[in-house]
Amino acid sequence: MNYLILLQLLAPEAILTVTALLVLGVGFSAWGSRQVLVLLSLVGCFAAGASLSFLPTANIYMVGGMLAMGPLAAFFKGILIGLAAVTIVFSRTGGVRTHFAEYLSLLLFATVGMTLLISSEELLMIFVALELTSISLYALAAFRKESRASAEAGLKYFLVGGVSAAFLLFGLSLIYGVAGTTSLHALASIPPALAGDPLMLAGIVLTLGGFAFKVAAVPFHLWAPDVYQGAPTSAAAFIASGSKVAGVFILAKMLALGLAATSGVGCMAGWTAWVPLLAIMAAASVLLGNIAALVQSNVARILAYSAIAHGGYMLIGFTSASIPGFTAVLFYVIIYAITTLGAFGIISLVKTRRGSANLRDFDGLAKTSPLVAICLLVFLISLAGIPPFAGFFGKFYLFAEALKGASAGPAPGIFWLVAAAIALNAVSLYYYLIILKHAFVMPAPAETKHSQAPISGDTLLLVIALAAAVLLLGLFPGVLLEPLRAVISNYLTTFL
Amino acid sequence: MMLNATFLSAFVGVALVLLLPERFAKLSRWIALVASVVGFACAVTAFFAYDQSASAPHFESVTLNASFTYDQSPPAPHFQFVTLKPWIPALGISFLTAADGISLSLLVLTGIIAIAGVLFSWNVAFRQRAFFAFYLLIIAGVYGVFQSFDIFLLFVFYEIVIIPKYFLIATWGSTNREYGAMKLTIYSVAGSALVLLAMVATYVASGAMTMNLFVLAGHGTTFFSPAFQSWAFPVMFLGFAVLAGIWPFHTWAPTGHVAAPTAVSMLLAGVVMKLGSYSALRVAMTLFPQGLDQWRMPIAILATVGILYGALVALAQKDLKFVVGYSSINHMGFVLLGLVTLNTIGLSGAVLQMFSHGIIGGLLFAVVGRMIYDRTHTRDIGQLSTMRLAKALPFAALTFTVASVASMGLPGFSGFIAEFTILGGAWKSFPLLLLPAGIGVVVTVGFTLRAWQRTFFADATQAAAHTGAHAHEPFAPISLPEKLGAILLMAATLGVGLYPKVLLDPIVHSFGSPLMQTLIREVVAK
Repeated sequence: MNYLILLQLLAPEAILTVTALLVLGVGFSAWGSRQVLVLLSLVGCFAAGASLSFLPTANIYMVGGMLAMGPLAAFFKGILIGLAAVTIVFSRTGGVRTHFAEYLSLLLFATVGMTLLISSEELLMIFVALELTSISLYALAAFRKESRASAEAGLKYFLVGGVSAAFLLFGLSLIYGVAGTTSLHALASIPPALAGDPLMLAGIVLTLGGFAFKVAAVPFHLWAPDVYQGAPTSAAAFIASGSKVAGVFILAKMLALGLAATSGVGCMAGWTAWVPLLAIMAAASVLLGNIAALVQSNVARILAYSAIAHGGYMLIGFTSASIPGFTAVLFYVIIYAITTLGAFGIISLVKTRRGSANLRDFDGLAKTSPLVAICLLVFLISLAGIPPFAGFFGKFYLFAEALKGASAGPAPGIFWLVAAAIALNAVSLYYYLIILKHAFVMPAPAETKHSQAPISGDTLLLVIALAAAVLLLGLFPGVLLEPLRAVISNYLTTFL
Repeated sequence: MMLNATFLSAFVGVALVLLLPERFAKLSRWIALVASVVGFACAVTAFFAYDQSASAPHFESVTLNASFTYDQSPPAPHFQFVTLKPWIPALGISFLTAADGISLSLLVLTGIIAIAGVLFSWNVAFRQRAFFAFYLLIIAGVYGVFQSFDIFLLFVFYEIVIIPKYFLIATWGSTNREYGAMKLTIYSVAGSALVLLAMVATYVASGAMTMNLFVLAGHGTTFFSPAFQSWAFPVMFLGFAVLAGIWPFHTWAPTGHVAAPTAVSMLLAGVVMKLGSYSALRVAMTLFPQGLDQWRMPIAILATVGILYGALVALAQKDLKFVVGYSSINHMGFVLLGLVTLNTIGLSGAVLQMFSHGIIGGLLFAVVGRMIYDRTHTRDIGQLSTMRLAKALPFAALTFTVASVASMGLPGFSGFIAEFTILGGAWKSFPLLLLPAGIGVVVTVGFTLRAWQRTFFADATQAAAHTGAHAHEPFAPISLPEKLGAILLMAATLGVGLYPKVLLDPIVHSFGSPLMQTLIREVVAK
């Protein structure tokens, strides 16, 4: 494999990296106005996205099997780059006042990390890509230097992230120690004697702990509320959407591929080692997320606890331990990312107007800007899993696959997990309705200087587009589901 | 398309209302009226086009890819106006709408209530566009449920109704509106969660990769083992029955009805509660016949308690709207009792009662909420009795009299024939429950007469002397839209009461279909 082909296969990452450096350079120059920087970043994202369509349709290994490129990777890289582009537009009017070029380049570097993560087929590569993503995001979370909340968000994110990275690295080293390989494909076919080793079990537990941080699952959730509330809104939006997609994707790959050989052997005879672990984390996340969200007064914080709950729903999908179940999880996380990103767009609009995003800042939104209020309704009702929006179909599909896994697999107890998740999902409607009550029922407050601030047109346009996507994907989920199933089956036929 | 036009017209209405510029906001009620009339016209046309003798099925539009394992088409000839299209083929979910006499009766009911509701909200001035957009969304959802035969599709329509209810009550409601709205929504969602759980489990357990009711239902234990049915049936039935106001999960209904603006009370009592009983009949009962047999008796007892309890509590109310609210519990108890009789008479009576109570409940809420409360600003029966309402608002008195008489079940009105057939069915299936249910009927007469007499025909001079007379402004006369709406509803209850055949024939005919025949437990002696 010569470098030209390598460059072609990694074109999105290369373009994004060059754009990031370019943005950094232009930012120091005289032309570095916000508009120019945003435009430059968007051009970079667009070029990176366009380069995906020039990739070969076959699955190809690179760098000694560390990275793989194919339709599945291209599909998710495209989604991540799209999410990044939307985030960049949101950040133009967001709360970042100084060092805007650095902010954008960090955002782009985080995107590079995520796209690399999608391609990773090897334990060390996973760790490196994960760290590239995380470290960029830590800095982004702490970016509003003038704000104590932002500093707190950055520090908490960093501390929990650092601890979980240590967990992850320790777990990966144990897995490597037992199996003697770092390649996911080699791991998939290690002999039962190795796969059933008790040390392997310890490795799995620690590794999943590391991944749980990305999904914001209990007990690695502590960072979420403060980061969602304190970080610059666009950074929080990207952490909630892009980072989640990448994290869930790599968790799916790890479980389906890297740990495929470990189920039902040795000390794990009769069960899949990670199913009970994920089930416990899922139950705790769904319970804690949905209950704690009930008493919050800041909308970003409500979204954080709802994110914890949604992380729990996704883990429930993983407990099916089947490819259809993982497909449902991936479908769900895409829908979730689109919806959350839109909700954060609205938070950013409200923040520029009223200065904060507490519940009472949403009072009278339907009166002052009806379009924004309707979009908010779409996002929140979709998150609550009520048709006809995409979130409902996502949940139906996810729970159906989880139950299928439970009735076919070795863990019939998952039924109760699904039942509890559906019950708590009904609870979740309460806190979404509280937000909507402020937006639709409460009267608008008396005019203040904030309420005159104009709404940024580009953010509004994107929010409307995202809301339309949530509605259309709810009415015609096949539009996303069919391509997703196609790329996944393509990946499986080549690699498994 | 004729069936789908019912909910499509409502959706188009929603879109038009939302696109209306601020200065034309007053037009929104006209849009709502036109959308409702179009929907009603489609429903009525379909109702009279329904062919009870047909041997040839009326397929309107069927496209299918051949990947299905089972035949997806509805059995001829009871289900007509069929539209069947693949929707989410990867999961075997299709867009399947059809109608039999049961669906059509309720579609016509929805049309009548929709028109009357718009007429009775003609005076809504506060945020008109939002009001009518949410209003039409509910109508669209209700129309959709009554014609969906894919369980997934049915649930989608079923859930569309929930959120608009919250905003309508919380924004335009009266007494304790935010509490009432939230309570009602939480009960609805809790019921939906039960349904969703049972629905997902049903989808997985059948293994047939389809949600088509015609495929899944009516096959005994082919798809669903007895063990599965014995838990899935109560979960799903209860989930639906919460919306139908089954005792003891009824408490959302009175508070919600009272808090709601008039048109929404009419919708809630008139059609939304029927969504629960209809879906329980159509989905829960047909899917799980074995579970139904196991749980039949407890349901019958709960229904009878609801009949008695609703009537007795209504007897003690001071607030006129609460009287009507609890009477809904009482009347819906009859529906639920009729459903579990599992004989043609009782089941047909239950469907007829859904129609009848829809009209009568709507009419009662219209009088209490719009004609009286909007003018007197009180619903306290004691205060109302001092106002000589029979003289001040003669048309309201006339309407309330007709509604009360119909609600009591006097012959000549729809309520009589409906409750009579239910009791006839219950006599065969649960002879012991007949006595408490009969007492319920008597108490119904009691609380209705009490409310009617005190509100309109109290001896005003005496009452005024007792409470301290206070002069009040003369009330605004009953407006034309109100009169039209009231006449429409009165004509419906009187028409069905005098000529029940028009509804009973198609309903009884529909219980002969293979899908519904699985419910009939009586041995027919010929």
